[in-house]
Amino acid sequence: MTDVQLDPTKRGYWTSDQDVRWCPGCGDYGILAAMQFLHTDLEVKRENSVFVSGIGCAARFPYYMSTYGMHTIHGRSPAIATGLAMSRPDLDIWVVGGDGDMLSIGGNHLIHALRRNINMTILLFNNQIYGLTKGQYSPTSEIGKITKSTPMGSVDRPFNPISVALGASATFVARTHDLDRKHMIEVFRRAHEHKGAALVEIYQNCNVFNDGAYDSILKRDNRAEMMIDLEHGKPIRFGADDQRGVVIRDGKAMVVDVADVDEKELVVHNESVDDPALAFALGNLSNDNFTPTPFGVFRAIDAPEYGEAVNGQLLTANEEAGPGDLGSLLRSGATWIVE
Amino acid sequence: MTDTVDRVDESMLDHVVIRFAGDSGDGMQLTGDRFTSASALAGNDLATLPEFPAEIRAPQGTLAGVSAFQVHISDHDIHTPGDAPDVLVAMNPAALRSDLHRLRSGGTLILNDDAFDERNLEKAGYEADPRTDGSLDDYVVHRVAMTQLTLDATADLEVKKRDAERSKNFFALGLISWMYSRPTEPTLAWIQEKFGKLEAVVAANTAAFKAGHAFGETAEMFGSPFKVAAAPQRPGLYTNITGNTATAWGMVAAGQLANLPVFLGSYPITPASDILHELSRRKNFGVRTFQAEDEIAGVGAALGAAFGGSLAFTTTSGPGVALKGETIGLAVSIELPLVVIDVQRGGPSTGLPTKTEASDLMMAMYGRHGEAPLPIVAASTPADCFFAAIEASRLAIKYRTPVILLTDGYLANGSEPWLLPDIDSLPDISVPFLTEPNSIDANGEPRFLPYLRDPETLARPWAIPGTPGLEHRVGGIEKESETGNVNYEPGNHGLMTDLRQAKIDRITEDIPLIEIEGPGDAEVLIISWGSTRGAITSAADRLRADGLVVDTANLTHLHPFASNLGEILANRTHVFVPELNKGQLVRLLRAEFLVDAKPINKVQGTPFTAGELVDAIRTGLLENEVTA
Repeated sequence: MTDVQLDPTKRGYWTSDQDVRWCPGCGDYGILAAMQFLHTDLEVKRENSVFVSGIGCAARFPYYMSTYGMHTIHGRSPAIATGLAMSRPDLDIWVVGGDGDMLSIGGNHLIHALRRNINMTILLFNNQIYGLTKGQYSPTSEIGKITKSTPMGSVDRPFNPISVALGASATFVARTHDLDRKHMIEVFRRAHEHKGAALVEIYQNCNVFNDGAYDSILKRDNRAEMMIDLEHGKPIRFGADDQRGVVIRDGKAMVVDVADVDEKELVVHNESVDDPALAFALGNLSNDNFTPTPFGVFRAIDAPEYGEAVNGQLLTANEEAGPGDLGSLLRSGATWIVE
Repeated sequence: MTDTVDRVDESMLDHVVIRFAGDSGDGMQLTGDRFTSASALAGNDLATLPEFPAEIRAPQGTLAGVSAFQVHISDHDIHTPGDAPDVLVAMNPAALRSDLHRLRSGGTLILNDDAFDERNLEKAGYEADPRTDGSLDDYVVHRVAMTQLTLDATADLEVKKRDAERSKNFFALGLISWMYSRPTEPTLAWIQEKFGKLEAVVAANTAAFKAGHAFGETAEMFGSPFKVAAAPQRPGLYTNITGNTATAWGMVAAGQLANLPVFLGSYPITPASDILHELSRRKNFGVRTFQAEDEIAGVGAALGAAFGGSLAFTTTSGPGVALKGETIGLAVSIELPLVVIDVQRGGPSTGLPTKTEASDLMMAMYGRHGEAPLPIVAASTPADCFFAAIEASRLAIKYRTPVILLTDGYLANGSEPWLLPDIDSLPDISVPFLTEPNSIDANGEPRFLPYLRDPETLARPWAIPGTPGLEHRVGGIEKESETGNVNYEPGNHGLMTDLRQAKIDRITEDIPLIEIEGPGDAEVLIISWGSTRGAITSAADRLRADGLVVDTANLTHLHPFASNLGEILANRTHVFVPELNKGQLVRLLRAEFLVDAKPINKVQGTPFTAGELVDAIRTGLLENEVTA
């Protein structure tokens, strides 16, 4: 073994010996690097981390981490991770999937993992396309999207993953993107620290089947006017000179020129408020790639964690009934003796 | 007859079959269950058959709403709930209409006379009153005003009329308990325990039960009470157990015997839900139960727990197995222990949710894409479900493979007296987790190979998260032998496919030999699997009593087969395979052993009766002789 493979503060320690097989230029490389760098200062043990994924390009992720990993079946990773998380509360569990895996075939498992608030960090790589099956529209593709399966344009109304997560009562919801390693690391770190289920949507570029989908937001020149940084406790302002801001009118978030409003009207972001209305409003600020779009943590609230509740009941049962005794169990119904 | 011959006590019966039938809301399952418990405590051998509609409360008084409970009690060893009831208790016209055809000719019919009003007769589809039109002439009919007698008995209690009426099933229970000399104390104590918090209900049920009992004694309609003596049974401590409870207890036991925490991922489905209910009450054994969002999540969570080192189960019925197929295939591929319990019911599709069938064998064998072999175990009696759950777990853990355990709706809800096993006699089924790297690399460094196999079992190591140095990734993509790395090479895929098959094949040498009942070389062999065993045993006894030489053999392991099965099938003139399907095991036997095994099939949602099998085998023997 080389030195980096023995030093947890080095990226190499968190890198498996498998060749990475994503297309050259894929956004997934940046996400993998961010995850490996994050681990260099998480102070967790390699043997206690498990990456669980479904099917899709993103789902190859576990093969490239040097931790434990399960590459499972399409859509089912949140369900499989749930059993692992319930039975092994000592583990650090990460769930990785794309927009098709998580929101289409696996939508049911995603919402139930989120509502139960089971301890896992879910990374949703959203590239608005099916990559591994070579370019069909996904549940996050925009209306009118021309793909192999929609030659006249998609007529499906897309999901907003932030709204889906909030609608499922997620206790932690955030968004980041594959071009900003520092931002990814900080969002991943927050998600990892969160008690319960955390959902992180990652805008990720598929340079083969949907290249530049987010250019309108993420290109250097566009970022100032199109990216809204959410910071807890601060008024929401953005733009090259902070000249733009967000207000709530009639319950709806909207972008305004700060010059046109009383500055007191600007929304002060509050990620920890129990009522999800503000997070919803911010999530719905943009439902396309041509409207200023919030990044960062939409919601982070404290709520009971599922595994803790499950395992708490085991302890309670043990205290009340004593440790299980098989002989007593078999005699627990009406019994009689034959001489 | 001479005076020297002992007079036979006419009140003594060697067995009796009683069927309680009424509306879904009439409490027939409870009544039957209580009668069964009292009989079990009286030392009878017994077998039960609860039959109820899929609807929770079908329209009152209709044929669709009839719920019945049949119990067979005897002073000797029995194997079925009886072919035709000797006594039918019909609480309303619909129950009479739907179940009368089952009653043996000359049998006793006890009617709740009060329920035979014009409206109920019409709802049941009677144009004339069957009590007076001569259609019951073949039976001994007792018309008892159960509703009114129950109201009279509870008149002094502060109970509303509607509530008092609901106690009429206890009147029926009291009457039948008197007729068959059942002890009353257990039932009175049970009423107290069950309804203790509701004083009015305890009082009404107690009064109705006692009134029914007293009515039998004083009405001079029924002669003297019958007695069914205790059956000679092996000494020991007994309990009466249903298949679902036995399955659940077997799962708990397997966890203890494997020294592993039990995890159950499940989604409610008839007739398997009671296993989830029972296990949910066993948290002090460290049992985790997870009611998932769907069948797929149930098995998925179980597989995740298996990766983490739990003894993982999922419980379901046929429709659920169909949904779980992909995940079971993943378990075959990543070679982790997983027990899938299929409480079979009538299919296809929703089929007959509350009725029994054994038509999922082919799905268990082949219901996955790709070459995905796995062991299949079948339980044959309610109590056998306990041992079958342990055996399925043993194979899953030892060979790191998913195992399908087949029970069915009849076993699940049926019950039998069970001589409790000595806990110390149960097998140790534990296997160690791997804790250290299992090989050395080219540089002499320790290396972990997740798919390096045990030379004896061909099982791969079970290395769980939290173990330093054994970090590895598993997945559904084909893996390179030994390293487990993703590998698409043709030769490797062939090798891995062969290894997965060979691992299952080796189990043949690790399962008990089939034991034949009978001389062992009879020309006629009857093969049973699952719940057909009881009826086949009874049928064989009757055939033997008629002078036919018959062997029977029950298969607990349906894949792979026990190593002596080929030998058992060889050199027979007639092999019969009765199944509650259109011929599934028989195809496997014919394919595997090239024997001319003959199917006997029934797909009606009800178990075989022994009589049906006797007839079918006699017919089969004649046909075989004609063709020969």
